Amino acid sequence: MTSLPEPSAKKLGLVIDLDTCVGCQACATSCKEWNTGGFSGPLTDQDPYGEDPHGAWLNRVHSFEAGEGTDSRTVHFPRSCLHCETPACVTVCPTGASYKRAEDGIVLVNPDTCIGCKLCSWACPYGAREYDYAHGVMKKCTLCVDRIYNDTLEPEDRQPACVRACPTGARHFGDLGDPESDVSKLVAEREGFGLMPELGYKPVNRYLPPRERRNAPVAEKSVAAKSSSSDHGTLDKFFAWADKALNR
Amino acid sequence: MHPAYSVIFFTSASGAGYGLLIWLGSAELFGALPDHWWFRFLGFGIALALITAGLLSSTAHLGRPERAWRAFSQWRSSWLSREGVAAVVTYVPAGLFALAAIFGLFEGAIGFWAILTIAGALVTVWCTAMIYASLTTIRAWNDQLVPPLYIALSLTTGGLLYCGLASLMIGVGQAAIWGTLVALVVGWLLKTLYWSRLDGRKLTLTPGDALGLAKHGRVRTLEAPHSQANFVMREMGYTIGRRHAERIRIYAVTALFVVPALCCLALLALPSGLAPLFGVLGVLSAGAGILAERWLFFAEAQHIVSLYYGAEAA
Repeated sequence: MTSLPEPSAKKLGLVIDLDTCVGCQACATSCKEWNTGGFSGPLTDQDPYGEDPHGAWLNRVHSFEAGEGTDSRTVHFPRSCLHCETPACVTVCPTGASYKRAEDGIVLVNPDTCIGCKLCSWACPYGAREYDYAHGVMKKCTLCVDRIYNDTLEPEDRQPACVRACPTGARHFGDLGDPESDVSKLVAEREGFGLMPELGYKPVNRYLPPRERRNAPVAEKSVAAKSSSSDHGTLDKFFAWADKALNR
Repeated sequence: MHPAYSVIFFTSASGAGYGLLIWLGSAELFGALPDHWWFRFLGFGIALALITAGLLSSTAHLGRPERAWRAFSQWRSSWLSREGVAAVVTYVPAGLFALAAIFGLFEGAIGFWAILTIAGALVTVWCTAMIYASLTTIRAWNDQLVPPLYIALSLTTGGLLYCGLASLMIGVGQAAIWGTLVALVVGWLLKTLYWSRLDGRKLTLTPGDALGLAKHGRVRTLEAPHSQANFVMREMGYTIGRRHAERIRIYAVTALFVVPALCCLALLALPSGLAPLFGVLGVLSAGAGILAERWLFFAEAQHIVSLYYGAEAA
């Protein structure tokens, strides 16, 4: 059904910390692995060992450089479906294969009824939907709906695969519709943001911005310190090196 | 946007087919539909064949065409679904109109079938245009000019088909030629206006806006997420260069508007013995022109997702 359901109180989604993401791609690969089976698996690949390998992935990790000169910083950016509250990808679907769950707000594609017309991918500004060339249907982040309610998994595994895999704790999962949930408090504390809210799709996922730099002025200070001190021996050189290294 | 040939053929062929139906219906309502069996048979035959070929071609774009019947179910929310429903529903009055016009069946209600056919054709073309115009992610398409433009081009190509067929059989009436000229001029004006709006549109979104990192300053790609292009880049990443586009625009305008307009003037001014030459030339030229125009409609359209994949602005 592609008419949107009544908005639910429960809005499950992800919170991704751009400050602590190191771009290791663990979330992308664990998502790809989990979805070898399950809800919309397998995610097929074309020409995987050849010259032009490409395939369906539900999570893509970009790396950007933001800012200029000494203010510039590397930001690693995992991009997957934001499970919007009013998603265009659902309303444009002609078959009803694209739908938003009324109980928890997860946006899904039914792989048994999708006709692969790709209109949903045209409607999504975030590039969340990919066409599976072998299966002929559209695939997208399922928020691991087959894990989060799965009683056969250990309680700590009843989270999206990407959240479990992240080695730096940069990914969080929870109910962003509940202001008392851990993720909501995290978003409030770190001033998390949704992507391109002006488009009106009301994304649920939140990104936590990179924290303000603390050490930019210190870098210039240690250069000044180094140039003013004379050679006091190996121990001083060692401490000067340690000082610089720890302030990086 | 990557120009998919099956979709280009679909909009061109079915647009011309619906346009021809509108012309046949209008001629009937003015009592001017030629009372010539072969003209009517081929006129309706070509119109319905073009529409059918176009619709079948559009299913070739699908990953699972055997499930295409499901696309009729979500007309409450989806323009693509509405277009499918309208297309199928329009076959009913169009078929009855054809039977009445060619074989005299249910002839008493022929005016009624004509009106319903015109309405159905207009609604179907409008729904097709809205599939594109409703997408806010593609600024070039999200323009109020797009639905009128689709209607205008449908009437242009349909009118040229009408005149072309008439020129081969019975000679072209003045009204048909003048009507087609008006459609050509309106189409030309709308397309020119569309392109000037496209060229004048300021690209205000930056990668920083798309990522929510604009306050840091300029944002640029450090490392792509994957070494080869994925589906999103293949489908949405294609954008034609401005200079290349301008050359193809000239070809499209010449083939779709200029040459057919000159052919119409020739049909008015020159002896009727030469009519078939200019009638057919107009159709062939417009056929090439509409394909080029449709191709550009895709190739000149940029999707907002390109901001994540290296575009500097959108």
